Amino acid sequence: MNSVIPFLPLLLGALAAIFLRGWLRNLIMIVAPILGAINLMGMDHGVFWSLEFMGYALEPVKVDKLSLMFGYLFHLASLIAVIYALHVKDTVQHVAGLAYAASAVGAVFAGDLLTLFIFWELLALTSVFLIWARRTDRAYSSGIRYLIIQVLSGVLLLVGLLIFAQVNNSLLFTQIGLQHEGIAQIGAWLIFFGFGIKCAFPFMHNWLTDSYPEATPSGTIFLASFTTKVAVYAFARGFPGEEILVWIGVTMACFPIFFAVIENDLRRVLAYSLINQIGFMIVGIGIGTAIALNGAVAHAFNDVIFKGLLMMTMGAVLHMTGKINGSELGGLYKSMPKTTVLCIVGAASISAFPLFSGFVSKSMIMAAAVAEGYDVVWLLLLFAAAGVFHHAGIKIPYFAFFAHDSGIRTTEPPKNMLVAMTLAAVACVVLGTFPAQTVYALLPWEHSYQPYDVTHVLTQLQLLFFSALAFVWLNMKNMYPPELPSTNLDADWFYRKLAPAVVKRVASTTYGAYVSVENSVIHSVKRMVQNSYDAEAGQPKGYFAKLWPTETMVVWVAILLVVYLLFYYLH
Amino acid sequence: MSDNHDSDGWFDKPENVKKMLKVFYVICGLLVLVDFMVNRHIYHDWENIPAFYAIYGFIGCVVLVLIATEMRKYLMRGEDYYDE
Repeated sequence: MNSVIPFLPLLLGALAAIFLRGWLRNLIMIVAPILGAINLMGMDHGVFWSLEFMGYALEPVKVDKLSLMFGYLFHLASLIAVIYALHVKDTVQHVAGLAYAASAVGAVFAGDLLTLFIFWELLALTSVFLIWARRTDRAYSSGIRYLIIQVLSGVLLLVGLLIFAQVNNSLLFTQIGLQHEGIAQIGAWLIFFGFGIKCAFPFMHNWLTDSYPEATPSGTIFLASFTTKVAVYAFARGFPGEEILVWIGVTMACFPIFFAVIENDLRRVLAYSLINQIGFMIVGIGIGTAIALNGAVAHAFNDVIFKGLLMMTMGAVLHMTGKINGSELGGLYKSMPKTTVLCIVGAASISAFPLFSGFVSKSMIMAAAVAEGYDVVWLLLLFAAAGVFHHAGIKIPYFAFFAHDSGIRTTEPPKNMLVAMTLAAVACVVLGTFPAQTVYALLPWEHSYQPYDVTHVLTQLQLLFFSALAFVWLNMKNMYPPELPSTNLDADWFYRKLAPAVVKRVASTTYGAYVSVENSVIHSVKRMVQNSYDAEAGQPKGYFAKLWPTETMVVWVAILLVVYLLFYYLH
Repeated sequence: MSDNHDSDGWFDKPENVKKMLKVFYVICGLLVLVDFMVNRHIYHDWENIPAFYAIYGFIGCVVLVLIATEMRKYLMRGEDYYDE
């Protein structure tokens, strides 16, 4: 079967969207991801295309099971996101969305680090327009911060890969690992942190919670699907089994849920839970056994769908009501019943209810943690699993659609939004109910796993129902933190408040010192000028400024000549 | 759209909510009971504790919310904090 380069169909779709309008553009945008996915089915494993650049062998397109799995995922995600965005009359968003999806596909099929770097930066450059497309001041400055941090990630990757090219004389993207000698060690860590920024590692995570809630309703669906998942893919290929990832991952799984509980912006709550879910994947990659790695990529696959679904329902709420803060919403189940049901499906999936997609992938990572003797990690992941149900599973649907009636009356979102959400919801149920025929069939590593046994279903249901019971109990005792209009400080405080304040202070002190020096110089020059001029007499003061009679000069000239004559004879 | 449906919402009636909560409590109770009847696989020592997952889920979430509420005291700022 003849195949084209994997990212080409999506890229052509993006180019077509620049010029086409109306139904033709819609058609092309829907067809592009479908054709792209069919194209992938016809591809054989191995190097699809290779070339040489400055003495290094490059493999811009390399196909194996891991990249294929992410390839299918990205095509499915872009199809859903495109349908969700069909009603939007904004060329910028359509073009940027498809080009962004194409960059993500290009990145996961990159067989060498240089190609990876190019798509890595393209991800940032194409996606930032989805944030700016909101056209608010907040979105603009958030987009600038997003771009700076994303490009920084690319720069770290570039420096790292240059070091690697020098040391290993190869640019091929295989397992990198963290154990190296000499300068290669620095290169490995730079690549690690480059990946880590895009993966929203703790303290590097705020670009995500800052920008995703500021993007347009449809832009966020694209954003939530690609960047972080490309980073998960990169870790799975470059750093599987690095133990430090287990601890980073478990931190990511646990700390965002505290922020999510007190966050008011419901799309920001989902952004925090996105970090929490990536934490599970990173733990899986860190454990590094076949089941753990399979669990990580399976969970990445499922997460894109159910997090996309939750983001879409909140996008629909924002689109229809213009509001997204929990403090302003509530009671929407009456006017948006379909959206409510779809949101609950997403909530059940992220919370890993049996028969929903999260159940079949999250448990693989948990099982791997127990099997490898990571007891503390297992307990913390269990806590994170209960916590994610608490904030994403209950809080999101509860505060948006139930809780107290906010008085907002609206209607269901446009049909295309409902279709996209329904597609994602069906996918959640199908992936969760028939894992062996769907997501498990794509898994890259050889391993068999059976998620549905009595023990697992029972224990998971206990965990979830008693987490819900805690929510009910806390609510009845009025101990549940109310939704308040607020901003919560996070690590971004350091670069959004502290650093600017320090810079401002240093700059104003420096400027103040400069101004006072300048003033005193001007002042003293003025004083000198004033002191040397007698305003009353209308003439300069001082001996040398006096008007002398010509005779004086003649005397001086005579003296000078005498002195000259004396020197002449003395010599 | 239809304001006359305002008070018709199923969840607006306290008796409906009470009914639903009762069903919920019964399910919670049943899940604990089943725990004693089913022979669970044990992968980890802690799982030997009866209804371990139920206890862990409940306590975990209460602790989560209490800590988060405490965090609010230090972290919460006005809505326009960064725009000022």
